[in-house]
Amino acid sequence: MEFLSPATWEEALAAKSAHPDAVPIMGGTDVMVELNFDQHRPSALLDLTRVAELAEWGPDGSRVRLGAGVSYTTIIQRLGKHAPALAQAARTVASPQIRNRGTVGGNLGGASPAGDSHPPLLAADAVIELASVHGVRHVAAREFYLGPRRTARRDDELIAAVLLPERAGPQHFCKIGTRNAMVIAVASFCVTLDAATRTAGTGIGSAGPTPLRAVAAEEFLTAEFDWQGAGPLSEAAVRHFGELVASAARPIDDVRGSADYRKHALSVMARRALSWSVTDYRKGEAQCA
Amino acid sequence: MSRISLKVDGVRYDDDVDPRTLLVHHLREHLGKVGTVVGCDTTNCGACTVLMGGKSVKSCTVLAAQADGQEIETVEGLAGKDGSLHPVQQAFHDSHALQCGYCTPGMIMAAVDLLAENPEPTDDEVREGLEGNLCRCTGYQNIVRAVQDAAAVMRAEVPAPRDAGTEPMEGTRGTTSPAAEEVAR
Amino acid sequence: MADSVTRTRTDLSSVTQDGVGTSPRRPDGTLKVTGEFAYSSDMWMEDMLWGMTLRSPHPHARIHGIDTTEALKLPGVHAVLTHEDVPGEKLYGLELRDQPVLAFDKVRYKGEAVAVVAADHPETARRALDRITVDYEVLEPVSDGRRAAFDEHCPRVHEEGSLPVHEEYNQKGNLVRYQPVRTGSFADGTPVSRLRAQAGAVVRTEYEVGMQDQAFLGPESGMAVPAEDGGVDLYVATQWLHVDQGQIAPALGLPDEKVRLTLAGVGGAFGAREDLSMQIHACMLALRTGRPVKVVYNREESFVGHVHRHPAKMRFEHGARSDGTLLYATLEIILDGGAYASSTPAVVGVASSLGIGPYEVPNVAVDAYGVYTNNPPCGAMRGFGAVQACFGYESQMDKLAEKLGMHPVELRIKNAMAQGSKIITGQVVDMPLPMAEMLRRARDMPMPPARDELPDPSDLRTLPGGVANTSHGEGVVRGVGYGVGLKNICYSEGFDDYSTARVRMEAIGGEPSVMVHTAAAEVGQGLVTIKGQIARTELGVERVTVHPSDTRVGSAGSSSASRQSYMTGGAVKLACEAVRERVFALARERGLVGAGHSDELLSLTGGKVVSETDGVLASLADLLGSDAVEETREFHHRTTRPLDPLHGQGASHTQFAMCVHRAVVDVDVDLGLVKVVALDAVQDVGKVLHPQQLAGQIQGGATQGLGLALMEEIQVEESVIRNPSFTDYLIPTILDTPPMRIEVLERPDPNAPYGLRGAGEPPTLSSTPAIVAAVRDATGRDLTHAPVRPEDIVGIDV
Repeated sequence: MEFLSPATWEEALAAKSAHPDAVPIMGGTDVMVELNFDQHRPSALLDLTRVAELAEWGPDGSRVRLGAGVSYTTIIQRLGKHAPALAQAARTVASPQIRNRGTVGGNLGGASPAGDSHPPLLAADAVIELASVHGVRHVAAREFYLGPRRTARRDDELIAAVLLPERAGPQHFCKIGTRNAMVIAVASFCVTLDAATRTAGTGIGSAGPTPLRAVAAEEFLTAEFDWQGAGPLSEAAVRHFGELVASAARPIDDVRGSADYRKHALSVMARRALSWSVTDYRKGEAQCA
Repeated sequence: MSRISLKVDGVRYDDDVDPRTLLVHHLREHLGKVGTVVGCDTTNCGACTVLMGGKSVKSCTVLAAQADGQEIETVEGLAGKDGSLHPVQQAFHDSHALQCGYCTPGMIMAAVDLLAENPEPTDDEVREGLEGNLCRCTGYQNIVRAVQDAAAVMRAEVPAPRDAGTEPMEGTRGTTSPAAEEVAR
Repeated sequence: MADSVTRTRTDLSSVTQDGVGTSPRRPDGTLKVTGEFAYSSDMWMEDMLWGMTLRSPHPHARIHGIDTTEALKLPGVHAVLTHEDVPGEKLYGLELRDQPVLAFDKVRYKGEAVAVVAADHPETARRALDRITVDYEVLEPVSDGRRAAFDEHCPRVHEEGSLPVHEEYNQKGNLVRYQPVRTGSFADGTPVSRLRAQAGAVVRTEYEVGMQDQAFLGPESGMAVPAEDGGVDLYVATQWLHVDQGQIAPALGLPDEKVRLTLAGVGGAFGAREDLSMQIHACMLALRTGRPVKVVYNREESFVGHVHRHPAKMRFEHGARSDGTLLYATLEIILDGGAYASSTPAVVGVASSLGIGPYEVPNVAVDAYGVYTNNPPCGAMRGFGAVQACFGYESQMDKLAEKLGMHPVELRIKNAMAQGSKIITGQVVDMPLPMAEMLRRARDMPMPPARDELPDPSDLRTLPGGVANTSHGEGVVRGVGYGVGLKNICYSEGFDDYSTARVRMEAIGGEPSVMVHTAAAEVGQGLVTIKGQIARTELGVERVTVHPSDTRVGSAGSSSASRQSYMTGGAVKLACEAVRERVFALARERGLVGAGHSDELLSLTGGKVVSETDGVLASLADLLGSDAVEETREFHHRTTRPLDPLHGQGASHTQFAMCVHRAVVDVDVDLGLVKVVALDAVQDVGKVLHPQQLAGQIQGGATQGLGLALMEEIQVEESVIRNPSFTDYLIPTILDTPPMRIEVLERPDPNAPYGLRGAGEPPTLSSTPAIVAAVRDATGRDLTHAPVRPEDIVGIDV
């Protein structure tokens, strides 16, 4: 097995082009376990931890560009204002040691439906920046997840960054685990209210073959919510939103929880996250973005 | 094989490693640094925690080759040259914060990182900082106490803890990571 | 501090520096905090090989052939061994020899060892395993414990006639042991209906306890080194060196003395190291190759490499008079022992004899079954047999209390045992058992602040779900629950689990010093500290060294059953007393003690022989000169008796111990998530030997009980483990574990050294039902399965 350790982004893209089956690794949480257990013997590993550009982040026009190699620790410390749901999700990733190493890029590369960053990226309508020696292209997170651990990334491409729309309203992420730390999501949920576009966004984790959106729930909320006056939603509307979120999920029974529980939990989380979001919105938090 | 150069506990090692080799296995099997132990193979237990570039990492999630050029600090490098224990080591010993001791190397390294970030943590903050380290023996009570005792000793030793709340930076472009300097003790 | 230890009675006869009753630091502590402590996985020798194990992929299959040809061809492979290469006895076992060293004819559980390989590199060994071909005929597994117990047509896990016969176990079909207990009118065959008719309240429930894993952090490992005399030296992490030796030597076809064991650093045990894992395999490979062989399991292998806590299916019926007085109880307890017996007979013995717990019940019928299935083998884990029963009887107490409108503590006190009570086997509790007082103390401990009294109730860290942000207070309900557990200490049913200690006193560098040598396994519990404390107290000498544990001294028995302070502590005390007598005799020989001066008036204090009347007679250093005084003693606990196989009567236990827990939880009743807010304990330990270590035992034991209450279960489907990793087998983290207040009582047991009582297991019994009761209190749900799953709380069928 070859170990490729490019020092620059150009070198990294060239390496990926020359070795399309090379497995890119950053923090390595997923990849390493597979290597260790011999479940996976890639012909080459492409270590991206030395590519300094990947660890950069900052404003990019109206968006925030988050390098694929920015650690969860940095996201928690620095991006709480720009991407509160993603920061909240980052806070629930594993443990400090893993958050020091783990990255959103790695989460996207592995594309496990349980990855904690996916629901916030879906809900916030983030865009994934993919690059190869042939150039850069942008794929909406909402188009990115194709199947179980399958994504829109081509073999010769690397994930360069995530583009987060400037926040224009409240966002909430919640995650169920059966203990209070270091746990893979049994189910997770994210909701965003975007005052600028007057649309709602959602993201569901660990409740289907891929991270999911609850499109009907988004449409319902976009139509139902009083974007102007920020009037309260009726209890029935909140409940209906929860049901729509649950019905968008396609969970299975597994060791971490039953499908029925996942649906139930999603409906509860959806109701709560929506209520918190509406409260925040009414507090005028929408304006602070 | 990849040629790597590591500084581990202050000593430089140059070796050829199989790219698949995990840092923890390299430390244990090639460098004889068996003080860092393996508990779970799946990045959960935290027993293999070391500091890399001053930050705590689980050394089962780092390839040895990825650590090339890095400075690694393990539990074996904490004590002074005269054998005097690091305040965190001393506190774990004094407070009976260990039984079988298998989690201890990782727990201590995580605590060292935690205290570098936050020299005066609350009990809740200690717990948060150690959430990635499993202990099966103690029920954690004495571990919290030991970290608090160590924090008190370290605060007394270092009169001016670094300023923790200065940098509302807008992005990192064009700047270098401050991480290494920040956590240097 | 919230987790401080309150000692309610202090009776420290000893004032010796670092003696009994004080909290000296662990002698192995410095090594453990510096990373220098050598765990069994840390050993290394220049020419060593790596051993690895090929395991069955099927829970039940016939083996038609094993072909190792291709594996042997691989460069770097030094040996590939199968059952044909086992030099001696092909079966071993802790209580019944029913487990193959390497499988032959059949495999009976997924993960059973079939072949072993030694190679110069782990990677080579792994590749060699891939090249071994085993011809399996897959058979349907016996997966249901109830079926194994009762269905006459259920296939046999072990062929008829193939097992060692124990008449007293009522063996039949797949039953490893069936133990009934009958008292009161049940002894005469009175049907339960007659008692039921007299009861003011009856509760009848089926409970399940999931398969719990000990989840020690240091996986199985060790190194075998071939010796010039044709024997082998084994360095291993285990709980009982001599019982390992007694199983390894016959398998190797060697006399015991040629199989020498030394305890390597143990990364936790909790029962999982009672059975053999890699011991015989490593020795076989070392003897075959003539090279040291190291074996280290990874975590996944560890999950199939050791036994687990027996999962239990239990049907409990309790009847009480309207005033709350218990009238009768009937219990059916099925313990799934999996493919091999391991400790199953003893587990059944405990579950049956302690099945109704510490309550006075005049009429009791218990039927406890231990069965063979093709599930993962189960055996010892902290509190075995008693943990499962305790979840059942404590849940029943809460249900009865609710039905009768009584406070759960009140009902328990009303029916509490005390000194002089008889347990259902007829055995009298002839030692203090201040249960009622303990319950009152637990009830009266200060409560943690209510949610609205918190400095910041919106702090996510105070809420169930924590920073995962599932609730800002919505759906959160507080509950309080109690649990009491009664545990036997030391081995039971006629087993003489004696311990041996060798104590040597000599003057080194002009200072008296003592060496304590036992074979007892230090598994983390701190026995290594206790041994030194006892020697200091008994011999008045500060400099005490604890010799590494090995088989060069007699057996110490197992580090199990909360017994080592009692048994090895007792042996060290005895050996010290013998040394002391010899020192007194020496002093007399030298004419330092007057003829009429009784030994009673002599003591060893501060390194001197001191007379109560005449003051210092001599310094030990002067008295000993260049002589050493060495004595070896065995300590035996009192004789216990087997349970009779018909009515389960007999004084089977050595000692009883008790812990009471009060749990306070916050439950998100909509999501089924729980945060334990407080887990406070009252325990009677007879005598505190080391306050700090004792607290560690109680807190650690309680935390394992917390795990069983809320998250820990090896999920087995069709006899296959579905979650063999710490990713999906969850144990409590530091954020799941609340501050724990402890009150310790010291009511001495006159039979025990210093009056002490084993302390490690009782908290593991009581914390589980206390927490589940608290969750019931918050939710109103039945909650009959431990661990409680979120589904159970929100009311979704699993």
